[in-house]
Amino acid sequence: MTADPAHIDYVTRLGDNALVLGQRLAEWCGHGPVLEEDLALTNIALDLIGQARLLLAHAGALEGRGRNEDELAFQRDEPDFRNWTLMELPNGVGKHDDYAITITRNFLAGALHKLLWQALSQSSDPELAAIAARATKEAGAHWRHASEWMVRLGDGTELSHQRMQAALDRLWPYTEEFWTPDPIEKAVAAAGIGVATASLRPAWDATVDEVLARATLVRPRASEFRSTGKLGSHSEHLGFLLAEMQSLARQHPGASW
Amino acid sequence: MSDKSTQWPLWEVFLRSKQGLDHRHCGSLHAVDAAMALQMARDVYTRRMEGVSIWVVPSAAITASAPEDKAIDFDPMADKIYRHPTFYRLPDEVDHM
Repeated sequence: MTADPAHIDYVTRLGDNALVLGQRLAEWCGHGPVLEEDLALTNIALDLIGQARLLLAHAGALEGRGRNEDELAFQRDEPDFRNWTLMELPNGVGKHDDYAITITRNFLAGALHKLLWQALSQSSDPELAAIAARATKEAGAHWRHASEWMVRLGDGTELSHQRMQAALDRLWPYTEEFWTPDPIEKAVAAAGIGVATASLRPAWDATVDEVLARATLVRPRASEFRSTGKLGSHSEHLGFLLAEMQSLARQHPGASW
Repeated sequence: MSDKSTQWPLWEVFLRSKQGLDHRHCGSLHAVDAAMALQMARDVYTRRMEGVSIWVVPSAAITASAPEDKAIDFDPMADKIYRHPTFYRLPDEVDHM
């Protein structure tokens, strides 16, 4: 079975978003600010990696070249990855992990994931619809975690407020990539397989603005910057992430436990 | 919190493992407030489907009996066997007694 290339690419994008963010969040494992948060982030990471597994397995099946989810996750190179650039950015700035950056990314992406999975549970691709129905529940919990922290840290101390606003200002330009139209998305939306992400923007704006207001944070101004991760053109950070994530699987191809 | 300590307040977590059973104490955690305590209780204590309902209670709200009163509180019951319903046979259908 070989599906339409746009269909394969679209499912790969969804899988890569989950995989790359899952890998980033997993970096917090054992380093969380408190035990409870360490577990919370690891749970979210595991949910995302579970979604990635289902999505990449589906992409491999659609492709029909016998590649399974492990091969897609661990044997592809940087330009083959189709995640939004936002997902691959480090957990902090420079060498310092920053909870403000981590939570703010989960918040910005989580608001969209919640809407996206809801919409995709109506997909004409029954496998994708089933994955989406499951992911909708997980995304709800991820969203609650991120938005509760946005409010508490944004409307917290002077320092926490300042750091959350800085994180929001830093990450906001990368959200523009969510909405940039492209032929892949157009094709899958027309076929009822996917959704035009831009159609979710009013709902995303409303959700995000409501939380930002409670968090006393200021929505940054729109930016002209457009990242292009979903087209395979990434920031300098993805290569390092993949090197760490893939090294074991590449040293021992096909290993299992 | 008026507490100057940088440690978040402690919460006791109670889980109902399935419908019809009581909530049971399963542990404690630190959280900034009640909503976060619930969120964290989910992450810490229900990862393996242990529960269908969660209660969190500020640990400070619990008044506990003192360990040094153990003798006064509990020892007098040790020799009152007639208070135990050991003379009844429970039907098999009655679980969790």
